[in-house]
Amino acid sequence: MNSPTVLETFLWVIIPYMALAVFILGHIWRFRRDRFGWTTRSSQIYESKLLRIGSPLFHYGIIFVFLGHVVGLVIPKSWTAAVGITDHMYHFMAITIGLGAAAATVGGLVLLIYRRRTNNRVFGATTRLDKLMYLMLSVVILAGVYSTIFDSALGGYDYREGVSVWFRQFWAFQPDIALMSTAPIGFQVHVLAAILIFALWPFTRLVHVFAAPLGYLTRPYIIYRSKDRQRQPQRRGWETIDY
Amino acid sequence: MRIMAQMAMVMNLDKCIGCHTCSVTCKQAWTNRKGTEYVWFNNVETRPGQGYPRGYEDQEKWQGGWALSRNGRLKLKAGGKLKKLASIFSNPKLPGIEDYYEPWSYEYDNLLSAPEQKHIPTAPPKSLLTGERMDIKWSGNWDDDLGGTYAKADLDPMLKSIGDKVKLEFEETFMFYLPRICEHCLNPSCVASCPSGAIYKREEDGIVLVDQDSCRGWRMCISGCPYKKIYFNHRTGKAEKCTFCYPRIENGEPTVCAETCVGRLRYIGLVFYDADKVTEAASVPDEKDLFAAQKDLILDPHDPDVMDAAERAGIPHDWIMAAQRSPVYKLIKEYDLALPLHPEYRTMPMVWYIPPLSPVVDVVKDTGYDAENAVNLFAAIDELRIPIEYLANLFTAGDTDVVADVLRRMAAMRAFMRDINMGIEPDVRIPHAVGMTPESMEEMYRLLAIAKYDERYVIPAGHSEQAHSLEGIGTDCPLNADGGPGMNEMPDVASRGFAGTSGMSDPLAERSAEDEGERSHLRGRLNLLNWDGKGRPTGLFPTVDGPAGA
Repeated sequence: MNSPTVLETFLWVIIPYMALAVFILGHIWRFRRDRFGWTTRSSQIYESKLLRIGSPLFHYGIIFVFLGHVVGLVIPKSWTAAVGITDHMYHFMAITIGLGAAAATVGGLVLLIYRRRTNNRVFGATTRLDKLMYLMLSVVILAGVYSTIFDSALGGYDYREGVSVWFRQFWAFQPDIALMSTAPIGFQVHVLAAILIFALWPFTRLVHVFAAPLGYLTRPYIIYRSKDRQRQPQRRGWETIDY
Repeated sequence: MRIMAQMAMVMNLDKCIGCHTCSVTCKQAWTNRKGTEYVWFNNVETRPGQGYPRGYEDQEKWQGGWALSRNGRLKLKAGGKLKKLASIFSNPKLPGIEDYYEPWSYEYDNLLSAPEQKHIPTAPPKSLLTGERMDIKWSGNWDDDLGGTYAKADLDPMLKSIGDKVKLEFEETFMFYLPRICEHCLNPSCVASCPSGAIYKREEDGIVLVDQDSCRGWRMCISGCPYKKIYFNHRTGKAEKCTFCYPRIENGEPTVCAETCVGRLRYIGLVFYDADKVTEAASVPDEKDLFAAQKDLILDPHDPDVMDAAERAGIPHDWIMAAQRSPVYKLIKEYDLALPLHPEYRTMPMVWYIPPLSPVVDVVKDTGYDAENAVNLFAAIDELRIPIEYLANLFTAGDTDVVADVLRRMAAMRAFMRDINMGIEPDVRIPHAVGMTPESMEEMYRLLAIAKYDERYVIPAGHSEQAHSLEGIGTDCPLNADGGPGMNEMPDVASRGFAGTSGMSDPLAERSAEDEGERSHLRGRLNLLNWDGKGRPTGLFPTVDGPAGA
């Protein structure tokens, strides 16, 4: 096997790990320095009719897409085979559920971008970073849909023996560059754009993903807080006598 | 019993002239920022009228506040936690900007930069959202003084249950003003609706605040609040609300809206309540019992058991004293005058209202009878069903008897005090007719009509900070106090000492640059009393360059 070129090393080793570092450190920085800016920056107050359809469509779609990626990337092929899931069954599930989720995501995205561009109030509240983020998201999602349909379903490329393996090697700090550099161009674009969006993530409103309020389900309805931030447990040695 | 203190307000609507000074000063103080152009923490509505945002009281539409589930348990009207989270991507009940109004400014620059021309230049309105020119169609106070007669039909949700009779007699009947701020509820549905847990009720004074660093802009509080008193800052993407001017309250000063009220109609004071009983009180099955349940929550601060429990709950002594002098307590519990706005939302609101007698007085006056005469006024209160039903829809979930009782008391006071002021022997039957004594009626008159500043506002200053500096002094060497030889050794307390206990200064905060400056003349001095005898303290001998910091 040929040794990887400089460009290949750059694309599939250096950039991914740099993106990972930026992703982690960026979030830590943002959380410490800009908790005030950590918001969804909702534009629903400006426009609700299109958002009511587009936003749930996109968000629920992308949640299913995410779950699909967890299954496809994290679980090795040998594990699913071991529990008796044949390749055919796996692909049938992946294609049907995946395409459903993809349709919802793309449909939602198109609607949301249309809304953002045509509604002057919403467009007025759109930053340059927002526009870049929308562009990147579109590239990632469209490339992903393209490669799933044309490379994977029709083209015969098995990403579970290529990209997925590289993904797991990435977390073990042993990425095999050849797995990525020989993947179809659709996958390459999808993965690279995704990596770039992860690097962009902490600086955009995408941080709201990490504010998902799951704690709401378990907390009591009414919250009391003392204004006294200094109130602390009694200092050791200064406990009052309990008469 | 878990006693908590609540800073509460009463507004005497009989004295409100609808001048909007409270709204304007509030806006100048809190919401004159980008993103909050349309935000009115305080607004004044002409009632009957739609209110702000338009028709906010129609909870079948907006689904704000609480409701009872089929098994009688209290739940958010818009649905449970799972439903809230499921609809987080698009809040189905969120008011749009058009339900408030599109904020605008004018192209004032036109007036200044227009070249010499035949026609006078104009300053057309332009949107503050898009920057484009716009037609002004609605604003925060569009139906001011119209009394619900604007345009097609009566859009006031509170009129619907009164029905057809209003349409005939309505215009001539009555109109009054309703100033509104956040209710700082005992059972706040905004707090319960917030997925992030960013909204909280302060333990010390019950003020409901939004933690701006925790808010993630999920917007559930806006739809959760039935009074629509949480606003979305469309620039920062965060919720904002009336703060009850907590920085002023902590210093013992009234809120800006109260301070600047020209009618002197607002009262601020403490009430004590039992926090363990709130849910139970908010869950009574019949809506008409909610007012009584809410009133029963408020405890008598003169009751030795309550005082003792408050002391044990850590409420400072001067707060208990303040609760005993509280004008709010008197108006709610002693004179039985103040009513909560929409108790049927089950949030236990803590801004109370004395309903206006003036519509009744006006009618009596217009018919040519003596509008200061108790008999005439009592008769009118019994006759004028429509205003009283309307007031009952606002303040007692439809119970007209309570409203009529309040108005009778006010009418009695009016007649009784008229005689005294005219030098006529007052008729003691008048106070007795409404279950009061002549003495208590005169006290009530003093509180309502004379309304001295320090009787209207009984606000004990905040405590936790003071407690800290006091603790610091109590546990430190007395020589470390201000001016003492050890003052440099205790940076937290030293320079401030007792002076630091005033106001809001935080003795544990880092020393400011300013303090450093004040102390600079002491630099280089040495305090041998704090020397442990080990090593050579810096400053014992002058340095080669001369004294440090000189």
